[in-house]
Parts: sequence; C-alpha cells; structure tokens
Amino acid sequence: MSSNKNQRTITSLVQDRPGVLSRISGLFRRRGFNIASLAVGSSEEPGLSRMTFVVEGSATSLKSVAEQLDKLIEVVEAKDITDKNIVWRELALIKVSSNEKTRSEILDLAKIFRVNIIDIGVSSLTMEITGGKEKIDSLIELLRKFDIKEVIRTGRVATLRGTLIEGRPDGEYKSHSGANIQNDSEEIYESGSV
Amino acid sequence: MSKQYTGAEIVCRALINEGVDVVFGLPGGAVLPLYGVLSQFPEINHILVRHEQGAAHAADAYSRSTDKVGVAFATSGPGATNLITGLATAMMDSAPMVAITGQVGRSAIGTDAFQETDITGATLPVTKHNYLVMNASDIGDVIHEAFYIAKTGRPGPVLIDIPKDVFTEKSYYNGRNEISIPGYKIPSKTTKNKIDEAVALIEKSKRPVILAGHGVIISKAFSQLKEFSEKSQIPVVTTLLGISSFPEDHILSCGFPGMHGMAYASLILDQSDLIIGIGTRFDDRIVGDPKRFSTKSKKIHIDIDASEIGKTIKVDVPIIGNIIDVLNQINPELSKNLRPEWLDTVSKLKVNHPSLEIPNSDHLLGQSVVKALSEITQGNAIICSGVGQHQMWAAQHYKFIQPNSWISSGGLGTMGYEVPSAIGAQVGNPDKLVWSICGDGGFQMTMMELATAKENNLPVKYAILNNNHLGMITQWQGLFYNEDYQAETYTGNPDFVKLAESYGIKGLRVDNKDDLFDVIKVANSHSGPVVVDFVIKKVDNVYPMIPAGQSVSELIGENI
Repeated sequence: MSSNKNQRTITSLVQDRPGVLSRISGLFRRRGFNIASLAVGSSEEPGLSRMTFVVEGSATSLKSVAEQLDKLIEVVEAKDITDKNIVWRELALIKVSSNEKTRSEILDLAKIFRVNIIDIGVSSLTMEITGGKEKIDSLIELLRKFDIKEVIRTGRVATLRGTLIEGRPDGEYKSHSGANIQNDSEEIYESGSV
Repeated sequence: MSKQYTGAEIVCRALINEGVDVVFGLPGGAVLPLYGVLSQFPEINHILVRHEQGAAHAADAYSRSTDKVGVAFATSGPGATNLITGLATAMMDSAPMVAITGQVGRSAIGTDAFQETDITGATLPVTKHNYLVMNASDIGDVIHEAFYIAKTGRPGPVLIDIPKDVFTEKSYYNGRNEISIPGYKIPSKTTKNKIDEAVALIEKSKRPVILAGHGVIISKAFSQLKEFSEKSQIPVVTTLLGISSFPEDHILSCGFPGMHGMAYASLILDQSDLIIGIGTRFDDRIVGDPKRFSTKSKKIHIDIDASEIGKTIKVDVPIIGNIIDVLNQINPELSKNLRPEWLDTVSKLKVNHPSLEIPNSDHLLGQSVVKALSEITQGNAIICSGVGQHQMWAAQHYKFIQPNSWISSGGLGTMGYEVPSAIGAQVGNPDKLVWSICGDGGFQMTMMELATAKENNLPVKYAILNNNHLGMITQWQGLFYNEDYQAETYTGNPDFVKLAESYGIKGLRVDNKDDLFDVIKVANSHSGPVVVDFVIKKVDNVYPMIPAGQSVSELIGENI
C-alpha cells in the first residue's frame, strides 16, 4: 500500500455501547486528527465492535494516536498497523446513469473490474465494487463520462496478513526465504482482466 | 438477593463502601432524591459549597492531599456545567475525583427539559471517563468502577450522571463486585531489559539530572526518589507540580526549571548529558522550544501513560509503569557513582545564579510575604495557590520540606483554585496548617467559599498578595505587548478585611515590611479561618523568565 507518512491506519476493538464513537471522534478532534475513513461493525466477539480508521494529521502528533485511543476506557485494543504487512479492502456502491446506448459499455467495464451489478433501473444502474482504494478510484474515473449519480464508499477495513512462518506474529513482511514480499493488497485488476 | 434499595440509597452505600466520609456539593432539583436520603447515612459528611466549581476544586484538592478520592455532588444543567472548570483542572493535573450529577428524568432526556444539559457529552474531553446510568441496578457497579478508574493508572476525574427517577427506582445492591473492564489497562511491572538499559545509561552518564514530576507525588514514591538520587548522587530538578516530591533543604535539590523557574535549574537541564524524567510530561513551560531543549542530553522517560512518551521530546529509553514500582526495580541496580566534577558544576551554577534574590524595595513585596510564610512555618505547611505571579512566587520562595505539600493548578492554570482547594486540603488534613497563597484576581473568582470555610470552622489561612492588578497579565503586556496595558487593573477591589469580617472571619492587613512576621504569627495562632490582605507593590515582575517557546539562552532578568 502507499504509505503516506501523515496517514495512519488504525484497527481497534471497542465495547459496543452508546457514545463510544463520540468519545473516539472527540479524541481525534481535540488532538487535531482528521478521520479520512472509518468503518465500524460487530466483531467476532459478542459485545465488541471492530473499528478501522484512517486518520490524517501532523506526523509527530500521529505517532501516539493508537496509544491515545487505547487510553479510552471503552477501547479494548488499538493498533497502528500502517507499517505492517496488511490486507485491506474497501467497498463502494456506484450509481451511474445508463440508457440503451451506454448500458453495454458500462457492463463491459463492470466485467473487467469484476464488479457486481446489484440494481438496474430505466435510467441508472448500481454496481458494487470491492478492492483497494486505487481500484475503486480507477473505476470511478472511468465511469465519470457516463454521469455518476452517487458514490457510497465504506472506508477501509484491514487486517494483518497471516504469517508464512510457523511461530512468527502476523503482519511481518518476511517470507519463508527471508525476502520481503510484495504487499499486493493494491492489485487493481483481477487476474486475466487486462 | 435480600433487600431492595432506592438508587439514591445505593449511591450512598456504594460511596461508603469506597471509604467516602466527606462529599462537597450543592443541591438542586434533579439531585434532590439523593439529598433526600443523606440523613440516613451519617457516615457521609456533606459540605455545602456556594458554587459547584468550589465543590469540584475542593474534591480535587482533597484527593491530592490525601490517599482518598474526593467526591462532588451537583444537580443537572447549570449545577453540572459549573463543575466543568474543576473537572478540567483535575484532568490536566491527573487528580482523581468522582463527580455525581443529577439528570432530568429518563423520559425527559433529549427534550430540552428544564435544567437539562448533556453533561456526559459536555465533559467528554475533561474527564478520564464518564457514565450516564439509566438503571438503578447499574449504580453500584458504576460507582465502584468509577472509583477504580479515578484512582488507578494515571488518575483523573470521573463523572457519573444519574437521572432523577433512577435515584428513586428500587433495585438490589450487594456491595462491591469484582471489577472487570476489558478496555482498561494499567501497566504491569516493567521488563528487566528496559531497567537494564536505563541503568546502563545512568552508569555511563557524566552529567545526569533527575527531572521529577507530579507522577512521583501521585505514586507516593518519595523515599524511592530520595534513594535513587542519593545512591547515585544525581541532582534533582522538580517540575512545577513535582514541587514537594523531594525535600528542598536537601543538598541535591535543584529547584524547578522553565518559564519562571530558577535559572540554575534550567541551566542544569541544559548542560546535562542525561535527563531522567520521572512522572513528568515534559510540558511546554519546561521545554520551551523542543528543538533547543537540552540538546546534549539523552532522555530516560519513566511514566505510567504510554501516550506521553515522545509527545514533546525524543526519548531514548522509555519505561512505562508506576513510578514506585519502576524505582523499586532500578534502585537495587544502581551503583554508587560519584561525579565530583558534575556536582561541582551544579553547585557553582546554584551559587552563580541565585535567581531568587529579593530586590530591595520600600514596598512590601510578594516574594517577601512568601519567604516570611516559609520561615515561620519552617516549610511544613500545606500550600495551595491560584495561578499567576503569586503562584510563581509561592513556588520559588517557599521551601517545601514535607512530601506532597504543594497544591496548585499547574496544567489548566485555573485562577480561583486558591479558595476552594484550600478548603478541600484542610478537610482532608484537619490537623495540618493550610495556607493558601492567593492573587486578588483569583481570590475574587471563588471568594464566596469563605462562607464554606466559616460554616465548617475550617482553620484555613488565606494570604492575598494584593496588588490591585492581574499581575501576570500586567507583566506580559509590559514585556510582550508594547506596554499597552489593557484590562489589567482592579480599581474596584473590596476591602478584604471587611469582607472577611462580614463572613464572621478574622481579617488582617499588612501594608509594610515591619508587620509582616507578627501578623502571620497572629493568623497562625487563630483557631478559625483567617484572611490576610497583604498590600504589595502595585507593579512587579516575576523573574527570572524564559518567554514562551524559547530556551534558557533567552532568559530575562538574570545574566547567564
């Protein structure tokens, strides 16, 4: 992934209670961090939600963002995984204008990007795309000429890549051979598509 | 499951189980059901304040000056919002306290009902944690959790908001259950290798200095700090709030550094090759310009709060943990390492930069008042202060001998802290002499609490350093705003002696140098509260001074 030094990816496990998000967003606000994206959902443990944040701010202040977050009583765990080997995905719904003339071209594009068409109306269709930010950005760029009506993006969800070496923690960059492996979560097109 | 209690009764029972015997508060509509059961619990002594800010400051200072957690009660809406300055003060200085506020009834929440404020929302940034309790059955656990959170780890204020009808709802209470908060981590013992790294740096260092902060006091690591310093003969500079963590009559005591600290303290930090920061957050009043702060030194930073490491300055060896545990681990590893050259340099810096010589003046000076108080009490009183020139003079000229005897608003810088904080400290320490050093500005922000002191016959002594000015404002406008003096003069001050007398409190005045000692002695021998109006020089600056964001090389008021 492209690691912008003023952007950090944080995953956290938080208690599923009213007001927790407000505590977290309040902390980001008063420390001067901007939330670039946020994804929330229930986790594998009942009563706990997982939140993935992408936060922006000055490099020095962002250094302690996970520690600051971890101090909140209802945050069970917070990790800055920016510099780790991670897999991450985003989901977007894109509603684009379509008519008899344009529909087939849009569907071709959808095929190349392995996008699901989830709704078709007389003058628009809605597609669902999953992938890295660049893949989604590319599709949006290519769809612009058809008049995009709405883009709904979830924000990034991320996890540490499972280790390839028995006994090592997840999220390390080393492969069996010891060489750094390419972090491929950024692949734009599925195999064989271009 | 035995008997059912009302929510209000559960509050009191849980407080008693937490060892609470005093509460500072002021009633109002939403919290009346709680006041309605207080008579059933004579174990709890309620001290009625005149403004909720006073309750918060008193509870905060009560906590700081004892081993207990101070408690404040207030009603919903304005009662609760009046607590906010006090909560923010406690938050900034890591002081534990628990505030219990009434809230409008559950069905009225969110309707803009009379005296409704979203106080849990409003206090998010100024509390360590807060709760809105929607069921009486939760009250017990929440209160026990709140005390646990307030006093453990890096302490702080916790607010519990309870709707009026939850106070009257009936439920069960079986005492303190085991507390399990999955997201709340208190650092455990430090790993041996960090200790070894730190010890290696200390052994290698030729010019080490300890910077002891408020964390030493919170952790009650007084004897451990002393052992650390004495064993390896390392001089101790304290932060403003670290004052009274190390006896100031000790040969290794080197004052406090920074904006209005002693020049020698700042110079020792500047010239050292190793700063051992213990329970300090390297705040901007000490560091000034982080790029030019003690550039030749490595830094060991010991703190309980991991998010403080590297916040303002780069740290070479961070150690996360409770100060007392960490020092107990480090001390046995230290060898006796005399550094005669460095100690010689340190004592020369102290001699060549005395910093605190009181200028000759025909007027009574604030510095002289503090010095007289220090001499008469032999450094053994508890000293409270507000914020401004009087606070700096108090920190500079009082020689603190007793551990944890300096109660001041360092982080938030809350004017008005001086009046109620002294009440809290006196309630917590009935047998000790408590002097509050006040500014005439700050005193007038909270002077209604004189009624509280009188009502409870608390023998607090208030020393108003009265110059009819916002002294520090005058100083800054003079130095940094082209002597364009605005809104800095108080022409409408009351006669503080008559004011005290109108409360039935002994009022005294000193307007010359000759009466100084005698009047202080009269105040000390009086068994009730006393207000002394010290009429000091109208305009006087606190020196030395390092302007904000600068370094010791820009020191004003002393040649270095």
